[in-house]
Amino acid sequence: MQKIQNNKAWFLVLPVLALVAFSAVIPLMTVVNYAFNDTFGNNEFFWAGLEWFDEMIHSSRLHGALGRQILFSAIVLAIEVPLGIFVALNMPKKGFWSSLVLVVMALPLLIPFNVVGTIWQIFGRVDIGLLGHTLEALGLDYNYVNDPIDAWATVIVMDVWHWTSLVALLCYAGLQSIPQAYYQAARIDQASRWAVFRYIELPKMKGVLLIAVLLRFMDSFMIYTEPFVLTGGGPGNATTFLSIDLVKMAVGQFDLGPAAAFSLMYFLVILLVSWVFYTVMTSMDKAEAAQ
Amino acid sequence: MAQITLENLAHSYSAHPKSDSDYALKEMTHVWQDGGAYALLGSSGCGKTTLLNIISGLLRPSQGRILFGDRDVTDAPTTERNIAQVFQFPVVYDTMSVRDNLAFPLRNRGMDAAYIKTRVDQIARMIGMEAMLSRKAQGLTADAKQKISLGRGMVREDVNAILFDEPLTVIDPHMKWELRTQLKQLHRQFGHTMIYVTHDQTEALTFADKVVVMYDGRVVQMGTPEELFETPAHTFVGYFIGSPGMNFIDAKIDGHRAMLIGGTQVDLGAHYGTLAGRTRIGIRPEHVVLSDQGLPVTIRRIEDVGRHRILRAELSGTPFNIVLPEDAPPPGPSPRVAFLPGKIGVYADDWRVAPQAVERAA
Repeated sequence: MQKIQNNKAWFLVLPVLALVAFSAVIPLMTVVNYAFNDTFGNNEFFWAGLEWFDEMIHSSRLHGALGRQILFSAIVLAIEVPLGIFVALNMPKKGFWSSLVLVVMALPLLIPFNVVGTIWQIFGRVDIGLLGHTLEALGLDYNYVNDPIDAWATVIVMDVWHWTSLVALLCYAGLQSIPQAYYQAARIDQASRWAVFRYIELPKMKGVLLIAVLLRFMDSFMIYTEPFVLTGGGPGNATTFLSIDLVKMAVGQFDLGPAAAFSLMYFLVILLVSWVFYTVMTSMDKAEAAQ
Repeated sequence: MAQITLENLAHSYSAHPKSDSDYALKEMTHVWQDGGAYALLGSSGCGKTTLLNIISGLLRPSQGRILFGDRDVTDAPTTERNIAQVFQFPVVYDTMSVRDNLAFPLRNRGMDAAYIKTRVDQIARMIGMEAMLSRKAQGLTADAKQKISLGRGMVREDVNAILFDEPLTVIDPHMKWELRTQLKQLHRQFGHTMIYVTHDQTEALTFADKVVVMYDGRVVQMGTPEELFETPAHTFVGYFIGSPGMNFIDAKIDGHRAMLIGGTQVDLGAHYGTLAGRTRIGIRPEHVVLSDQGLPVTIRRIEDVGRHRILRAELSGTPFNIVLPEDAPPPGPSPRVAFLPGKIGVYADDWRVAPQAVERAA
């Protein structure tokens, strides 16, 4: 049967297209414009070709930020995913406590990012912060303002506190979809706790876990507000991640050309990694189903 | 293998049961003989699954004891009871192959690899899945998945009992018949105690030596299919067994006579004295014949079901079914019916009453 083509539908998409154009496409094109030109006052533009890209690719400053960024994302994922699964497995399944736990778990996700940063900034202070003061009282030499290791530890603990809930809640949703009969059958079959996790719970959580890892990767790779408020990228450059460096370059030094080239590459890297990740995971699924 | 005894067992899902209706299982004492093939029959929500889960240890009863042989297992976990159970909806381990699924209970018990292989092959042959052994269980049809569940239930040879909780609900009719036959064969071969929960009477009657009928949290009757058909102990058994079920007519019982509404009398062929409560007489549609004399009925509809015809009728205002043999002449314009002698049951408040003394035929 011939499918009837009706192009009127396109008109309905127009308003959205217009909106997206103003909010995303046009600003992005402006960035592209800056990336290929050298700008001076009075809106004078001179064609620079790939000069900024070349400079950025070979910039040791960018390499440093990228290295820290990758390390940060890796650590955060390595902690939050297993911890989130563990928390989800131990959350109450029904009744009053399950509702209460859900609300408490959702709280960190509802706090604005800069507030999270401020909370930890104060919490970690040695003079007035509960955490900083306690650690000091215990005889530990803790100071996130001076010590790069302490700064890193604080930023990571803050991110774990802020985002593990998301992984846990997603996993919890996956776990709730497992019918009771599966657990009963496992008891009949004498499956160990590990086997129940490995063969029943993990396969059912796989879908949501994929989403959780993808979200956490993208968000942690773009992290800006919380470390900016907490450490401002310091001490030195110790916690200067890609976004923080980018803002320093663009708004601090007003190097618009290099910053624009930097943004474009940053954007493409996230897009690429997410795409590869998603494709690998979905093709694994397909290969399994086709067996 | 052992005899399973339920002693004063009762279960309620609420923590503080107040009245009788809070109990999913009313107090019962019941013995399952070692090696018996039982069907547990009853409508949905009558407590069949609860009873099964208590036997397998997935549920702890609120009161009473469970004995395997002489051993009290009321507090023993499922693992210690060594029981296999197959659930209503297929449970397969998606990421495992069919072979690993079948081998899973054996591996968890640390069986020898060579033994596992032979046993799994044997079970695969039984459920007709030899060709699919190396496939992933994910993506199989519901039929195939349920066959794997069944196979996993049967793979252990040393179990105390195998419990089936409506296992063939999702399987198509032809396969159903075949699997049921195989279960029966398996029972003959290994002599495991089998308890088969179903709400399908055909399934129950073809599978089991003994059928246990449950109603509202109680075992109302246990007996052979023939006993259930001929002498239902409770009106529910009468309704539930047989197609259509037994006819029940309100009647006053006085000695050997039943007085129906409208004043007609039926001779019961036995003496019952005077009974209190709601009294009814029950007669199977198969035990009713058309005759010249007898009780007048009004025919509402005739259904031809092949081997026989069912007359949907009314007798003094209550629905009344009659089964006519295929070659019997159709009923006339003002039909009357008679009951076969000795086939009438008398029920007081839903329970069957035994006659006091059988009168000699004159």
